[in-house]
Amino acid sequence: MSNKSLLRINNLQAGVEGRTILKGINLEINAGEVHAIMGPNGSGKSTLASVIAGREGYEILGGEIEFRGEDLMDMEADERAHLGLFLAFQYPVEIPGVNTTYFLKSAINETRKARGEKELDAVEFLKFIKSKAKLLDLPEDFLKRSLNVGFSGGEKKRNEIFQMAALEPVMAVLDETDSGLDIDALKVVANGVNQLRGPESAQLVITHYQRLLDYIVPDVVHVLHDGRIIKTGPKELAHELEDKGYDWVIKEAEQPA
Amino acid sequence: MTETVQIEESDSWLEAFEALEHADKDSPTWLIPFRKAGLAQYAKTGLPTLRDEDWRFTNIDPIRKTAFRPTLAPGILEAAMLDGIPYPLKTGNAARLVFLDGHFQRELSDMSKLPQNVTSLSMKDAVAREDLRLDQHLGQYTYHHDNPFAALNAAFFQDGFYLNIPKNLQIETPLHIIHLSSGNDAQASFARFFIRAGEFSKCTILESHHALSEGIYLNAPTTEFVVENEANIEHIKIQDESKQAFHLASVYAHVGRAAQFHSHYLNMGGRISRNNIRTKLNGEGLECVLNGLYLADGDQLSDNHMIVDHSKPHCDSHEYFNGILDDKARGVFHGRILVQQIAQKTDAKQTNKNLLLSNDATADTKPQLEIYADDVKCTHGATIGQLDDEAIYYLRTRGVPKVVAQQMLVHAFAGEIIDRIHHELIREELDEVVWTRLEKFAHFQNVSTT
Repeated sequence: MSNKSLLRINNLQAGVEGRTILKGINLEINAGEVHAIMGPNGSGKSTLASVIAGREGYEILGGEIEFRGEDLMDMEADERAHLGLFLAFQYPVEIPGVNTTYFLKSAINETRKARGEKELDAVEFLKFIKSKAKLLDLPEDFLKRSLNVGFSGGEKKRNEIFQMAALEPVMAVLDETDSGLDIDALKVVANGVNQLRGPESAQLVITHYQRLLDYIVPDVVHVLHDGRIIKTGPKELAHELEDKGYDWVIKEAEQPA
Repeated sequence: MTETVQIEESDSWLEAFEALEHADKDSPTWLIPFRKAGLAQYAKTGLPTLRDEDWRFTNIDPIRKTAFRPTLAPGILEAAMLDGIPYPLKTGNAARLVFLDGHFQRELSDMSKLPQNVTSLSMKDAVAREDLRLDQHLGQYTYHHDNPFAALNAAFFQDGFYLNIPKNLQIETPLHIIHLSSGNDAQASFARFFIRAGEFSKCTILESHHALSEGIYLNAPTTEFVVENEANIEHIKIQDESKQAFHLASVYAHVGRAAQFHSHYLNMGGRISRNNIRTKLNGEGLECVLNGLYLADGDQLSDNHMIVDHSKPHCDSHEYFNGILDDKARGVFHGRILVQQIAQKTDAKQTNKNLLLSNDATADTKPQLEIYADDVKCTHGATIGQLDDEAIYYLRTRGVPKVVAQQMLVHAFAGEIIDRIHHELIREELDEVVWTRLEKFAHFQNVSTT
């Protein structure tokens, strides 16, 4: 495994509307690794994903986030995407009237432009996305439809993974991508994520349940509670959490060291 | 609040009418009473004020304060001036009818593409032709009590166009009416269009209004449609007047059994503009669609005012109007669906959506249902809102820059209306026209790239 650090979060504190949600997160993810962040509801999982992706409206109260050696704090969401960051949404947004193909072409070509790569022409683009669409078992006409409009929950999640595959990010953050998926859809999604694994990329899987981690096997599992990572362990930790719940970890963390 | 000046401003129109009567000695005998009825209606109400329920959101004081003069004599348009229109509508091999300040420009028009059996001639010629019996047809379905500009049109129109499409004739090439205004200050134009589509006939009519210069002028055209049983008319009206100008258009449609009348509106120009649309659904099983998009910035006011009168059972009507408003622009929508007691099984739908791109832009919307039948399906709704931040964030996480994300959403909003135009070439051209115009909006000029 390479030791090249991709994401480095140092003592991150953030909140919204005067409420502190993240209270000092430390996290380092190297190229080639898959990390999972698990935690009960309200622990700050989605906030962490939003702050990494650059959602407006969060107050950064302290700490640093570096991605590929660059400070993310001053970057907009689209600039972070151009740098190779991808966030799969827990609730993908329906956008009526914005055609999926048109949107993807813009997303891919803006990203290529920002990276100094040649933009794809219409023919290259169609060939490229059709090959990616096959992997995700999406309805045939979805490229012609409005973005996520009329999609089932499972289709929306697959569309997220499809977009991820098409954008070929260096690091993907999956925010509860497993919620609302049946087991077949879960396997399709996991397969899409696993295709992206490689020595140069990394994934951060945020989930409430261990289920997804049977298919996307993490190298490291973190437990997030009340805005802090209270335990870090190997993949077996996920099974332990599934069996015994979160209470024992929380209790353990509250014991004075 | 401004009633006191009404008597005074009426004078300029009354004086102008006296001059017209002197000049108009050769008119057919029926035309004088026709004009006088229009003038009398105007004299009765004067120009509307904000106290007038049908005009309560549209303050026409700037029109009231200007002493407009009707354009009685035709000007001459040079071909090169057509090139000065900000964009060419390349509607294939459309038949082209060109007008300057309400007067037909024969030299620049091309009707050779219209089939031989279509009766098509300038309104000036048509009123003089006894066999066309315009005394019985013109204005048969118009009414002016709620619209003094249509009354003034009846009083002052000099020219325009008459089109009679015979039974069973399906015209493939669109007909493009191009109306140009010289743009001289205080000049008023009153073109009159009369279009009758015979049973089972079909035609696409594009009507566009442009300015040759940026003066303070008034353009108040009246268009009458008589859509006979099972006929199919697609009408697309583009309003791209000077930003100083006033455009007060009246459209009347009388629609017969199982006919299709689809009328689309794209409003872009004018300081104050209004489409006053009245459709009478007068046969069973017909479909009427009024579909409009208004773009306004600066201090423009764009108003669409319509009444859809369901007078027979089993008719469908849909009104869709979307507005995109920037700067201090105002959008006004008033739509009334009137369902007469006899009009059972009516299926009527009406929506007005407004997208405000600045904090100073405003929209007034008044969708109304007036239903006297008991077995009908009628819905209406209106929204006023901003771009969806969540959607913009979503697009940005995929690498789409903010300004592009915003443009995508605005384009999608406009596309809801444009996509309803059936004629493919016109639809594609309009999409481009709209897009070019939107890109000039301050909102997209000022958006930082971050």
